[in-house]
Amino acid sequence: MNNVLNRLVKLPKTIWEFYYEGFRNQSKWSRQLWLIILIKLFVMFFILKLLFFPNFLKTKYDSDQERSDYVIDQLTNPKKSIK
Amino acid sequence: MIENLDLSLVDWSRAQFALTAMYHWIFVPLTLGMAFIIAIMETIYVKTNDPAWKKITKFWMTLFGINFAIGVATGIILEFEFGTNWSNYSWFVGDIFGAPLAIEGIMAFFMESTFIAVMFFGWNKVSKKFHLISTWLVAIGSNLSALWILVANGWMQNPVGMKFNPDTARNEMDNFWDVLFSPTAVNKFLHTISSAYILASVFVIGVSAWYILKKTNVVFAKRSIVVAAVFGLLTSLFTVMTGDNSAREIVRDQPMKFAAFEGLYNGSKGAGLVALGIMSTSEGDGTNENMKDFNFKIEIPNMLSYMAYLDGNAFVPGVNDIIKGYTDNDGEVHPPVTEKMEMGRKAIAALKAYKAAKKIDDTVGANEAEKELKANFKYFGYGYFSDPYEVVPPVSISFYSFHIMVGLGMYFILLFVLCLVYIYKGNVVNKKWFLRMAIWSIPLAYLASECGWILAEMGRQPWVIQDLMPTMAAVSSIDSMSVIITFFLFLLVFTGLLIAEIKIMLKQIKIGPNHGGN
Repeated sequence: MNNVLNRLVKLPKTIWEFYYEGFRNQSKWSRQLWLIILIKLFVMFFILKLLFFPNFLKTKYDSDQERSDYVIDQLTNPKKSIK
Repeated sequence: MIENLDLSLVDWSRAQFALTAMYHWIFVPLTLGMAFIIAIMETIYVKTNDPAWKKITKFWMTLFGINFAIGVATGIILEFEFGTNWSNYSWFVGDIFGAPLAIEGIMAFFMESTFIAVMFFGWNKVSKKFHLISTWLVAIGSNLSALWILVANGWMQNPVGMKFNPDTARNEMDNFWDVLFSPTAVNKFLHTISSAYILASVFVIGVSAWYILKKTNVVFAKRSIVVAAVFGLLTSLFTVMTGDNSAREIVRDQPMKFAAFEGLYNGSKGAGLVALGIMSTSEGDGTNENMKDFNFKIEIPNMLSYMAYLDGNAFVPGVNDIIKGYTDNDGEVHPPVTEKMEMGRKAIAALKAYKAAKKIDDTVGANEAEKELKANFKYFGYGYFSDPYEVVPPVSISFYSFHIMVGLGMYFILLFVLCLVYIYKGNVVNKKWFLRMAIWSIPLAYLASECGWILAEMGRQPWVIQDLMPTMAAVSSIDSMSVIITFFLFLLVFTGLLIAEIKIMLKQIKIGPNHGGN
């Protein structure tokens, strides 16, 4: 019983050490990959998402009621296509 | 007053989505398939205790890791696009997509990110069996996360298990199991993941062939080829089966798509299958009525009817039959498109009337409008068209993408069989032409895979949601210039990622299996 408890107490430390050692002992190419991942995530979430991809309905309307009114208006007043 | 719709906005939004999806799909199938190939290799290692198999597993795990790292999260961009470029569509489907995509997020994040760490960091730190279980869980987890995306896509091709709420203009899921187990979703999932297994198998065989040609790591390469060829052959046969099921399902639920990818303008009983053909580039008379469909074709008599309905004399509807209306083999009458357009217009008008009645608390008027909407909702999307021929997808693109995909699929079966024959005979090392062919098969596997998606998405045009929402009604009212700018930004980012992937991958392949697995 004590053994199980001891293991449970030590579990967070074991997990931490597992990840810490894993990251620390990575090869050069693995570190390069992490750099690519971080740059990619930064570009995606902090540049593309924030500057170029606002949620159209969320930024334009405050409530779901307004959003559904807008979409119904869009759907029920079909636009004529132009080239 | 009818406002004007900027078609360049629709086209650029579509182009951007296609670009993102196609780049995303460069990374995904290799991850889906390699995960299982690695799991099989590691299972052999654990069973045999042969360190050579550990080396093999670690090498392919390295290439898997490169692909996973560069491809991870590229699909999130598609979700950005839903919110910005396709807001009408996102709102219309919101409640249906919520559940599958939330499950996908949780599964992808917890399962893959937890066990992938054990896969890469856990050698010599956890027991062999726990490591093996983690590898299998990464394979299962990545494939399960694909399931939810494909369920969402399946719903768009065949919307089931929902009801439309006219108060919110949203479709609400009323039967999760109908959505999950719709034949479209099941076939789509099985066909897509099994095709990914073929791609990964071809990749492993191609890279291994390079080592044999270079006369280095030959034993490693031969062993890799055996695993990949057996896995590839079995999954190819499964892909043929799921593709066949998928076609039979499409002819029932999306007959126009079926007619388009078979290049069938005028349907008939005992329809022949065009195995090979060059489509005519003539524009016909604008109605396709007298259109010369093929300049050249090799046709197998009665085969299309048999494949579609398991009856060589069954009637297969063509593009023109669907437009004019037809009776299918079960006696069900499919109305002409003009009738569907009329019903669609009634549904749209009813939704408008419902909203207006609700605004002034006219309960009777609202009930009547709701009744009218329900009666015609099945063809809601047809109300946006002014010409019945607008419901025809690009026939040539559908036909060619389908035939390239199928043709290459058959070629891969031959490749896997030849691999096994030459390995069995022990003369693979001497078959230089074959080894070169195996290397050049890698881009062909990507071509086949992308063609599958081109067929799936172009073939269902002009719909984003079959029969309910055409593409032109799904876009947001935004400035097309912003879509053009982000299109080129994505082109830049994704091309950069692809170049990085190829460079790192090639470097690692040159280093070889003796230093893999970190």
